[in-house]
Amino acid sequence: MNRNHWQPTAEILTLRERAKMLADVRAFFAERGVMEVDTQCLSQAAVSDPFIDSLEVSYSSYPGAEEQRYYLQSSPEYAMKRLLAADSGPIYQLAKAFRNGEVGRLHNPEFTMLEWYRPRFSAQQLMDEVQALVTAVLGPQHWERLSYRELFKRFVGVDPHQATIDQLKALLEPHFECPFTDDRKDTWLELVMSHLIEPKLIEPVLVFDFPASQAALAEVVEDDQGVKVAARFELYAGGMELANGYQELRDPAEQAERLEADDQQRESSGLPRRPLETRLVSALESGIPACAGVALGFDRLLMIKVGASSIKEVVPFGFERC
Amino acid sequence: MGNVSSGQFKTGMKVMIDGDPCNMVEVEFVKPGKGQAFTRVRLRNLMTGRIWERTFKSNESAETADVMDRDMEYLYSDGEMWHFMEPSTFEQYAADEKAVADCSQWLKEGDKVMITLFNDNPIAVTPPNFVELEVTETDPGLKGDTAQGGSKPATLSTGAVVRVPLFINQGEVLKIDTRTGEYVSRA
Repeated sequence: MNRNHWQPTAEILTLRERAKMLADVRAFFAERGVMEVDTQCLSQAAVSDPFIDSLEVSYSSYPGAEEQRYYLQSSPEYAMKRLLAADSGPIYQLAKAFRNGEVGRLHNPEFTMLEWYRPRFSAQQLMDEVQALVTAVLGPQHWERLSYRELFKRFVGVDPHQATIDQLKALLEPHFECPFTDDRKDTWLELVMSHLIEPKLIEPVLVFDFPASQAALAEVVEDDQGVKVAARFELYAGGMELANGYQELRDPAEQAERLEADDQQRESSGLPRRPLETRLVSALESGIPACAGVALGFDRLLMIKVGASSIKEVVPFGFERC
Repeated sequence: MGNVSSGQFKTGMKVMIDGDPCNMVEVEFVKPGKGQAFTRVRLRNLMTGRIWERTFKSNESAETADVMDRDMEYLYSDGEMWHFMEPSTFEQYAADEKAVADCSQWLKEGDKVMITLFNDNPIAVTPPNFVELEVTETDPGLKGDTAQGGSKPATLSTGAVVRVPLFINQGEVLKIDTRTGEYVSRA
């Protein structure tokens, strides 16, 4: 800690914009009859995603008592789905989310996530609502919707569902040396996406039909070419990833399998294994309505609004000053 | 030297890549919401000057390079090597033509320069941003022409040739910006 670094990393003028954006978001959902919730940051379960590391905190019932391990939520997803299963109806949240090790120009280990769920909405309907919300905040812009396949074809000229690892690697090599081996095709798709495509997506683009292997908690369906795809969409704008949405998986058995598969991958990658959110499986067993949900990086949206190049310019105290 | 993992990379860090010391010019953490983390680094090879981009996975690491910058005084050149001295220890270092490179045209005996050492050998010499050098040869100055445009070449005591205003005369000492190679003012 440097005692001279007391000042905020954001200008007060930017924090005024931040306050206005928070108010705009709340007004948007109030008008649409979506209830605000604030689920707990602490949980007994950690996120299963092998590429997200939960921050740990210890709780003791009195100083010196045996410590119990809790985890800071990496997104409010699990808790909000438990509310949906308890018949909450449409809900949204401006949540603090925490991710260990994620710090950079576009990442702060503690950030604000706008997440919402819409019972009986299709992914297409939720994309409409994402567009309406972003338009309410940023004003009218030129929007596009492209499937993951169309996006790859347009920007790098390959079909991502057919391309081989070698073909994807060959796209990268002229621009970025990637001298490692990785048998996981998604690694190479993610590299092409983040290194070659994403920086070019300045105006908002909604991308849908992701590879089934990148489904996370989305349903898997077949596209018009008979390829299995995830009913998942992403919003890109300002050259960065802004939101991630799903037609939510509702099958408890499938959910249990995906948690288990994540846990296996954590083990084989030598990552710490942590309590899985089995209560989500129970919630799905009791039944949640067919719904679509999306998580949007509130700080990044504000970056676009104020023209900031780094996330620390839009939060009061960026990581090195928190 | 130790290893540093890609998550700890920072701008300005010096690492060994394919056997050469390299400077991290720019470091960017890249991570999709769903998917792996990468660290994208713009590197400059300190031996060859080559600049390129390389991406590291989150479990990769690099060996740190024993590279440091030291302020030294330029002593003399023997025609083959350039000799420098650490003023506090009087330790002397000899740099070859490759290390001195373009800097040789700004080196005046007794001036302070920055020497980049790799494994204790000079690999680069950086002159001060501004140097003061005497004009050894130029066309005669034009009286009265003090500000209005026009320039002419002037050869300086180190052999460097710079564009100077028409009113500059042989024997004058000039302030030069070594980063651009441009005349700034009379010293």
